[in-house]
Amino acid sequence: MSETAKPAPTGRAGMKKQLPDRFKPYRHVWVYVEVEHGAIHPVSLELLGEGRKLADKLGCELAGAIIGGDRAALQDAAVAAWAHGADLVYVTADPILEHYRNEPYTRALTALVETYQPEILLLGATVLGRDLAGSVATTLLTGLTADCTELAIDEERSLAATRPTFGGSLLCTIHTLNVRPQMATIRPRVMALPRPQPGRVGRLVEHPLDLREEDIVTKVLRFLPDRDSGKAQLAYADVVVAGGVGLRSAENLQLVRALAEVLGGEWGGSRPLVQKGWMTADRQIGQTGKTIRPRLYIAAGISGAIQHRVGVEGADLIVAINNDAKAPIFDFAHVGVVADAMEILPALTAAFRRRLSVNRLAG
Amino acid sequence: MHSVVCIKQVPDSAQIRVHPVTNTIMRQGVPTVINPYDLFAIEEALRLRDRLGGTVTVLTMGPPSAEESLRKALTFGADRAVLLTDRFFAGSDTLATSYALAQALRKIGESWGPPDLVFTGKQTIDGDTAQVGPGIARRLGLNQLTYVAGIDALDLGAGIITVRRRSEGGVQELTTRLPALITMLEGTNEIRRGRVADALRAARAEVTIWNAAQAGITELTLCGLRGSPTVVKRVFAPTARAETAAFIELRDQTPADIAEALLAEITTRLPGIEDELLRHAAGY
Repeated sequence: MSETAKPAPTGRAGMKKQLPDRFKPYRHVWVYVEVEHGAIHPVSLELLGEGRKLADKLGCELAGAIIGGDRAALQDAAVAAWAHGADLVYVTADPILEHYRNEPYTRALTALVETYQPEILLLGATVLGRDLAGSVATTLLTGLTADCTELAIDEERSLAATRPTFGGSLLCTIHTLNVRPQMATIRPRVMALPRPQPGRVGRLVEHPLDLREEDIVTKVLRFLPDRDSGKAQLAYADVVVAGGVGLRSAENLQLVRALAEVLGGEWGGSRPLVQKGWMTADRQIGQTGKTIRPRLYIAAGISGAIQHRVGVEGADLIVAINNDAKAPIFDFAHVGVVADAMEILPALTAAFRRRLSVNRLAG
Repeated sequence: MHSVVCIKQVPDSAQIRVHPVTNTIMRQGVPTVINPYDLFAIEEALRLRDRLGGTVTVLTMGPPSAEESLRKALTFGADRAVLLTDRFFAGSDTLATSYALAQALRKIGESWGPPDLVFTGKQTIDGDTAQVGPGIARRLGLNQLTYVAGIDALDLGAGIITVRRRSEGGVQELTTRLPALITMLEGTNEIRRGRVADALRAARAEVTIWNAAQAGITELTLCGLRGSPTVVKRVFAPTARAETAAFIELRDQTPADIAEALLAEITTRLPGIEDELLRHAAGY
């Protein structure tokens, strides 16, 4: 990349305005590439796909920021980042960064941003990403938009970050004015996973961590992995069945679970079920719960408020069963059944069970 | 032991309505509540106080009417309540909010002793950002403990706390030094029913009300709209999909017939799904 200032890309991609001088040092789109327990979080690849589009619109490069303790894992993450669209990666590797801790990770990412000055920094809205993004944005005194569902570049070269607001009844588009970088977190599964280009390689810039273990007061004593891995798989399941208050009682969630089981999928529910104590929050689907992107999504007794809608819109096929024909879920479902979910669910479970067992015998 | 719990008064989300024509929030007459996630923070702070002694201060920033939520927190048993209210705070985003609250926390420290722990809920139900807690921690140099599922040990003498926190794919057991900021995970405790004595006390209690100057905030450019790098440019309702849902015909059909029709519709629209389901069922 040449260090001489390029003329502002007027006329290109609809950009009208000359950028203010103080913004000019900030260039390129970055994605924080989340590596934990040796593995890259899929949301980072999804964001690289989205970041690639933004970088192309801006006429700049896409970079991955990779932080961690295990050099081999970071190298694998760099290869994955290149294959998913990154032109270059910034890597900070240090044993201090082996387990996620707020302080050293904040220091590492802030140092990268201050040194190499991105125009846009995207992070996954994971537990780790949210913990880190708030600290980094406050340190940099810049704007941070949480849980975006759509990103775009406007005619003034500004990031337009859209997210649900007011408990998910409306959408709003937020811009960061007067400060760079512009930061946003995006939930897993909101953006499509880009098709990887194996063998596509880019540049790698190593940056040291200026910290000693003695300087960090927080210590990780243990990590206990979740036993119920299904909860973790919900966001990435190919088939998801979910229930809402139309099920009328916690016991009737069994009907949802039974259908999910026959389909080999995962189950979940809408936000009110958590508030009613019918299920735990890690099964919640929607803006404040999990975003899903399955091949098939079946919503039973869910009215479909926008906060739920944004969590499921990425599904290939949305089937809604609800006895209220005016329920908003029918505004975005592909297939609708206006009927009592409690009658349809067991019948559908039986129908699928029959069909799958017949064809298994035939096969 | 001094804990400060930062809370927010929010509209009861179940009752929010959007004006169908103007797309504006109809706030009038919508009841407000303490952000439900904050109740877990209040309860945790009260439990620590009951066990170890000391005081619990609740702090909020908001319009004068937010005093109601502070009084509610007093009925649960909080010892002291501080309301930060000033027109200069209007339009604050998370960065400006964390500045104002951090300044108020400094002032609380000067007035009643520095907090050992600052608590917040994991996020609010109206903003859903989860950014203010980390913002406060950063500004005050507090050790940050987000998504805490439980406090396992607290040694006030040594100034050390050990917690379990939710992390990606598991639970992290962490130890750090006080003062620290904890954002409490939901479902980790259950807010108590306040005692009658606390309710009576709350009714009479004085809520400390600070404007910006009284909270020691001199840099008004860091507050409210002026101090907020993010701006909302557009608020809009989601558009319906161009194509409406295809409805399964119901006329006099039994649930079993409807289920068969639905299954046929699903397999038609997702060619290959049946094979995928079969492969999955067969375990490969």
